[in-house]
Amino acid sequence: MTDTNSAAATGKLPAAPRALRATASALVSLALTFIGLTAITFVIGRVMPADPVLAVVGDRASEEAYQRVFLEMGLDRPIWEQYLTYLGQILTGDFGTSIMTTRPVTEDILRFFPATLELATLATLIGCVIGIPLGVWAAVNQGRWIDHCARVLGLAGYSAPVFWLGMLGLLIFYGNLGWVAGPGRIDIYYDGLVEDPTGVILFDAAWHGEWEIFWNAFSHLILPAGVLGLYALAYIARMTRSFMLDQLGQEYVLAARIKGASEFSVIWRHAFRNVLVQLITIIGLTYASLLEGSVLTETVFAWPGIGQYITTSLFNADMNAVLGGTVVVGICFVGINMLSDLLYRFADPRART
Amino acid sequence: MNFLSRLAVTGLAAAILAGPALAPAPAYAAPPADTFVMAKDVSDIITLDPAEVFEFSGGEIIAQIYDRLMWFEPEDMATLVCGVCETYTVSEDGKSITFTMREGMTFESGNPVTAEDVVYSLRRVVKLNKTPSFIITQFGWTPENVDELVRVEDGAAVITITEDFSPALVLNALSAGVASIVDMKTVEEHATDGDMGYAWLKNHSAGSGPFKLQTWKANELVSMTANEDFRSGAPGVKRVIVRHVAEPGAQRLLIEKGDIDVARDLTPDMVAALESNDDVTVQTDAKAAVIYMAFNQSDEILSNPKVAEAIRYLVDYRGMADTFLKGQFKVHQAAWPEGMWAAYNETPYALDIEKAKALLAEAGYPDGFEIHMDTLNQSPYPEIAQALQGTLAQAGIKVEISTAEGKTLWPMYRARKHQLILAQWSPDYTDPHSNLDAFAHNPDNSPEAKLTGVLAWRNAWMDEDMNAMVVAARNETDTAKREALYHDIQAKLMHEGPYAILFQQTEQAVMRAEVEGFVSGPTFDLIYYRTVSK
Repeated sequence: MTDTNSAAATGKLPAAPRALRATASALVSLALTFIGLTAITFVIGRVMPADPVLAVVGDRASEEAYQRVFLEMGLDRPIWEQYLTYLGQILTGDFGTSIMTTRPVTEDILRFFPATLELATLATLIGCVIGIPLGVWAAVNQGRWIDHCARVLGLAGYSAPVFWLGMLGLLIFYGNLGWVAGPGRIDIYYDGLVEDPTGVILFDAAWHGEWEIFWNAFSHLILPAGVLGLYALAYIARMTRSFMLDQLGQEYVLAARIKGASEFSVIWRHAFRNVLVQLITIIGLTYASLLEGSVLTETVFAWPGIGQYITTSLFNADMNAVLGGTVVVGICFVGINMLSDLLYRFADPRART
Repeated sequence: MNFLSRLAVTGLAAAILAGPALAPAPAYAAPPADTFVMAKDVSDIITLDPAEVFEFSGGEIIAQIYDRLMWFEPEDMATLVCGVCETYTVSEDGKSITFTMREGMTFESGNPVTAEDVVYSLRRVVKLNKTPSFIITQFGWTPENVDELVRVEDGAAVITITEDFSPALVLNALSAGVASIVDMKTVEEHATDGDMGYAWLKNHSAGSGPFKLQTWKANELVSMTANEDFRSGAPGVKRVIVRHVAEPGAQRLLIEKGDIDVARDLTPDMVAALESNDDVTVQTDAKAAVIYMAFNQSDEILSNPKVAEAIRYLVDYRGMADTFLKGQFKVHQAAWPEGMWAAYNETPYALDIEKAKALLAEAGYPDGFEIHMDTLNQSPYPEIAQALQGTLAQAGIKVEISTAEGKTLWPMYRARKHQLILAQWSPDYTDPHSNLDAFAHNPDNSPEAKLTGVLAWRNAWMDEDMNAMVVAARNETDTAKREALYHDIQAKLMHEGPYAILFQQTEQAVMRAEVEGFVSGPTFDLIYYRTVSK
């Protein structure tokens, strides 16, 4: 995904072919990622000891019932043939039917993914809004108390198990203080009251002007997003601090200071501008990893997200669901990487020339 | 706009979004009085079609949505009574039963419940041939002959069996989930490609039970609304919502805060902690599930009856039941659980290391042996396995434990690839034949027979006397004699079978103090939401 840099470095090609080349390379990269991802997940699904037939018929089924479903599922055919059939299906947008939910996997993903999207987006926002200034501040005050505080917070946020933080958060903010709502995405009495074409409740409620539902959903979202946000924050703050320290030691910073630039200008206009380029990658990766869905957070908060969906499916040997979920997560990764590349060009004038 | 201003705008937007978190708390209402909200792990539901449901949570849900041919009323869960039928008569040869229908019952669609619906529902189970269909196909019904053997005569539903089953057993089996009566007209309206509504009924309802399915969102919730026209009267609440909450800690917080009315999956320590809380009550009910350890008879060491007997003395039944299983399991050593008709409640085994050592010496293993034990990876199985490992070690038996998900464990068990296995069994219907057919009856022990649903076959155990006893009890028409036969079978199985049966499940439900009338019977589907009021 760093081809844009090398393309920019050559600097000789005219703009249009260069853009074409970048697009082509992105498409090839997407196709390869897609084939690799599906092939590996497919093979793992077929060789693991969990039995997808038993997921359908139950452990007490007779041998006759077992064999019938075994044939129905096409498990008697060679694995490469099964894979090619599957690949053909997903290229037409058909991920098959989930054993667990009995619905098409595509429908399931459209239901579970927005829940994760909502959570991951707010968590990343929290991570950026608090993490970046904290990291900058800590770097500027290296060795002082604020720096130590930021480092301890970073370490805690990164190393504390999320399910523990989640339970603790629930106990304090929901159980004792009553500031936020409990596990679940929305109070059940509001469930289904607002049309949800996007599946992102906050957006759909705001769109219809249902502010009561909006705030109810928000009060359910803020705690899990805060817990995941702490994790994002810890990582982003740590990286910002280290990038910033690196930049503050550079000669151009010294030059800016000699030239008489204000401290604010030195930090934010000169040093941070260079940090931002590197941070885009970090934020992109954090966002992508949150979009995978945090199984533990989703379990503690009874959050019907994609992480819980894929994990439960895996335990149920529901391979269509696992494959579908994995492909979507993979596409997210690739998509966010591409977006990071685009932003990279935007933020770094050198990448534009 | 430069980057700094962009950043500032983003920051501002985020701050606006995050602001309310710091604002005064909004008030959260407890469930309204006409809505009953339950938190439960319902991730096992994969279908709500009564011809296919074979999971605990799914079984509990369809028991609320569908009325059955035969049924148990919450006031007396030991007496089998008519469900949709008014009366039934058994023919003299015991092979045919005629069910006359109650008048005035309707399905949720408004269609009347008729004998045609009964016949259609039973035929549908046989023709779709899904996993639980064996409960009624064991009477000799096949997709080819069922139209003739299950039929309507003079407005009544008539069934004929070809096997020599006791009518009591047949009637009991007709109280299982597969005997749920579906609305033929509605189901057929939604049939595609002659599938008898199979694709549609997985997540829709067409019943005449106390509730109607409103929605099932897998891994999220099941919601139902009351059927005001239910034959026993309208349910005590207008709406029931079963929320999927997998984490017991989250369930505990929800019940303490009053956001739910009942929590079903709390751990014993959580229940103990809540006992002093005046806002909630704890209800303990005996369940029909038993936990057992099985000994694969194709293993040379385990096929020695003295070894099996020694292991039965190497279990600290009481110690486990009084400590980490307290409130969840009680000691039970027979294959048919306590509280059910023909239960056998003797518990002759207790931890006795010296006796076990003597038996092992007689068997030729004075210094013990090494053995492998497989079990499920969720609580309480690993804990029980570890306790067994400890007590078996005292007689020199070194146990190596492997834990796995059910979907990984069952294929191995079904292929007879285990040595010791620690697992659970619960009946498919309320007749002792359900369990004893699985534990004790193995008509063909050859590997090719692949009777993979039968526990005796899985453990490569066959006893001709036992087979004859199970068949005799199954066919006996005299109730008292039949009960005595089941006692004999259980007593013999307890000492000679390839099992050590350890515990029977009890379930603890924690409810808000204002909730009344939640009835939870011994089997997984004898649970009544309609009697609940607040």
